[in-house]
Amino acid sequence: MARSIGDDVLALFHSLRSAYAATPKNLKIIDLYVAFAVSTALIQVVYMAMVGSFPFNSFLSGVLSCVGTAVLAVCLRIQVNKENKEFKDLPPERAYADFILCNLVLHLVIMNFLG
Amino acid sequence: MSSPETASERTVRHAFGNVLAFFVLLLIGVLAFSIRLFSVIKYESVIHEFDPYFNYRVTQFLTKNGIYDFWNWFDDRTWYPLGRVIGGTVYPGLTLTAGTLWWVLHSLNIPLSVETVCVFTAPTFSAFASWATYLLTKEVKGPGAGLAAATLLGMVPSYISRSVAGSYDNEAVAIFALIFTFFLYIKTLNTGSLFYATLNAISYFYMVCSWGGYTFIINLIPIHVLLCIVTGRYSSRLYIAYAPLVVLGTLLAALVPVVGFNAVMTSEHFASFLVFIILHVVALVYYIKGILSPRMFKVAVTLVLSIGLAVCCAVISILIAVVASSPTKGWSGRSLSLLDPTYASKYIPIIASVSEHQPPAWPSYFMDINVLAFLVPAGIIACFLPLSDASSFAVLYIVTSVYFSGVMVRLMLVLAPAACIMSGIALSEAFDALTGSIKFQLLGFSTENSQVGVGDASPDNAPAQKNAVKSDASENTLKDRTSRKNKKKEKERGKEEQGGQSSLQSQIKMRLQVLPLESSIIGVFLLIMLGAFYVVHCVWAAAEAYSAPSIVLTSHSQNGLHVFDDFREAYAWLRHNTEVDDKVASWWDYGYQTTAMANRTVIVDNNTWNNTHIATVGTAMSSPEKAAWEIFNSLDVKYVLVVFGGLVGYPSDDINKFLWMVRIGGGVFPHIKEPDYLRDGQYRIDSQATPTMLNCLMYKLSYYRFVDADGKGFDRVRQTEIGKKHFKLTHFEEVFTTHHWMVRIYKLKPPKNRIRGKAKKSKSKASSISSSKKSTKIKKNPWL
Repeated sequence: MARSIGDDVLALFHSLRSAYAATPKNLKIIDLYVAFAVSTALIQVVYMAMVGSFPFNSFLSGVLSCVGTAVLAVCLRIQVNKENKEFKDLPPERAYADFILCNLVLHLVIMNFLG
Repeated sequence: MSSPETASERTVRHAFGNVLAFFVLLLIGVLAFSIRLFSVIKYESVIHEFDPYFNYRVTQFLTKNGIYDFWNWFDDRTWYPLGRVIGGTVYPGLTLTAGTLWWVLHSLNIPLSVETVCVFTAPTFSAFASWATYLLTKEVKGPGAGLAAATLLGMVPSYISRSVAGSYDNEAVAIFALIFTFFLYIKTLNTGSLFYATLNAISYFYMVCSWGGYTFIINLIPIHVLLCIVTGRYSSRLYIAYAPLVVLGTLLAALVPVVGFNAVMTSEHFASFLVFIILHVVALVYYIKGILSPRMFKVAVTLVLSIGLAVCCAVISILIAVVASSPTKGWSGRSLSLLDPTYASKYIPIIASVSEHQPPAWPSYFMDINVLAFLVPAGIIACFLPLSDASSFAVLYIVTSVYFSGVMVRLMLVLAPAACIMSGIALSEAFDALTGSIKFQLLGFSTENSQVGVGDASPDNAPAQKNAVKSDASENTLKDRTSRKNKKKEKERGKEEQGGQSSLQSQIKMRLQVLPLESSIIGVFLLIMLGAFYVVHCVWAAAEAYSAPSIVLTSHSQNGLHVFDDFREAYAWLRHNTEVDDKVASWWDYGYQTTAMANRTVIVDNNTWNNTHIATVGTAMSSPEKAAWEIFNSLDVKYVLVVFGGLVGYPSDDINKFLWMVRIGGGVFPHIKEPDYLRDGQYRIDSQATPTMLNCLMYKLSYYRFVDADGKGFDRVRQTEIGKKHFKLTHFEEVFTTHHWMVRIYKLKPPKNRIRGKAKKSKSKASSISSSKKSTKIKKNPWL
């Protein structure tokens, strides 16, 4: 029983890895960017836990900028993914332009709120 | 169905429709603007009510001193001696909008005064709001429904009541921002474009700047997202519509000084974060489901559930501990009074005393949304046929706004756009069905021919139909990971055949939906009559019920129109006959008007942020003359202002508000006990009144020398003669009473220079007696 569960878990990881290896390179780059943004956010939270949250607006803007770019990158990935039937007639340049615009607005707000 | 029509004819018809829609929208804008001008025509271009005067004063400051001074403004002419940080406690959207309009007009060399811009801001933005309603309803149902909804919103009395020309309040721009934000959200949901998501966040920022009711948006949209997830309508467009909005929206909301860190720390925003997390979990689940085989997916699910459940329990218990540690569970008083309608009357008398915060009576629904009240259920049904993301949002919006409008009369305003959208949809569907059947009956012979043509083509369609069925089946058996080329080819073939199929099916459906000709014509006629009744009611409501500026009153007598301009008379007297630094005390209703028009420092005003300060003034008004003088003297007050309606029959005077003074004062200072003022459970001012009532400052200041006015001292509001008719004031002197005795201003008498011998001895004796009494008395008057 336990062995079958362990085997199942191993088989699960193998299938996940093989399925993920089959995704195109541009999507993998976006996923890497998302992972980088989320890890930066986690580092900031750990730092805040150690040092205290005094300029709270700086902490908030830092964490939310990481989370925000991660979310926007995921949106870009959704729109650029060729397997996604809903966005098949959206040119990837348009998706990228929207991504840039939204990031500009986000970072303008961040710069303002950073103090 | 449209087989005889060529492509060019269709484009001409579409172009004609678009031009017609444009002109109709222009007319709707003009209608929305002009129906709100009754108060300017009947009275004058003046700012109404109480709150708009504060906004007007802030706008004056902004236009005179610029935006940096506005953000850093500390106002010391109100809430003396505390002052008020205007930059951090006001919602800046309205004043910034009006200030920008004024600045733009001035740079174009159109010299409109600030007051004119302020008075006409609300009608302008109501025109924009009806255009926004058109856009929103177009996304939900179609352009026909959009035009109907826009027309209804331009005239709905509930919205008119808060946006007449002169009602310069937050709701004037906030309703436009609300509808526009909802429109952009639905547009993002329908198209999945990140561009509209950015615009949505910016529009949400404008809404946060404008009104405290923005919490309605940030709670309604997460509920809708949750509804979509739960009903199986999750799609990637939903993620794009919601996730950027939460992040950008929270940041932008934290930028506004009034909200600040409340954007992440109060319970009003927790729903959005919770749904944000849930959405990510669901998105991850769908993604993994997409790349794994079903068996592997089941293994993943069991593994994640067993680990995740343990982690979840830990996190939730921590969260509950944090939230339960705060006494109100993190909610603000106003939000709590919305969720629990009885909360305010039990705990916060200030919120309970505002007349706008009372629950509405049934007739006010028919007064405020009239015909829409029974078009709304038809609209809800029409939204379900067929149900899309946008129409489920509309249904959710109407249901929640109906609940909240039942809690507070003021929130009927949020119900109005929802009711207009639903009614617009209902009217449009009804007209579609009726005019479609009329067209079908009258032009029946032409469609018969086209049907024969399609019938000939049906044998060709039959083998195509079989192919379509096969291709459907084959699509179902294939897994998602087939090559994309195959899928595309099959899809195109399937679409063509289904195109031919569906036109036949739609024709059969049309035939079944046709109504008899006579009933269709009568139905159209009756619907138009319904619209006519609605228009008549709206114009009447705008002209008679909602256009009173409440600072100027009129009455019709045999001699013609009689104008009561007492308020402005009193404020002008104060402005011209007192020193600039003199402090004026009155009940908090008149604070904004006094600072704006009389330009004097006040003790309390309509912002009501400090309950103790208001209770101090209330205690002073309920105390005998000497005690009141002590209280006012400690606050450096020079003049006291009371509003008295007994001579002319003005019902909203201070004697009628007196019960709130007693209750609020008694809430903080226990020596004011409400039963002392009641006889048989009622507040009375006639000969049956209690001695405490007859001796309190409010009674004395209202009825001083009242017998000299008409000889008998008959109070027209309370419809009795007053109890104590002849008395003198010992600590106050009357300095001004307006023409109709509506506003009376008194000055505090300075303390006597010398205390004569006998009085000195008795005073020292009294102090020694009172010091020995201190130990025995528990409740002591802190002011003596």
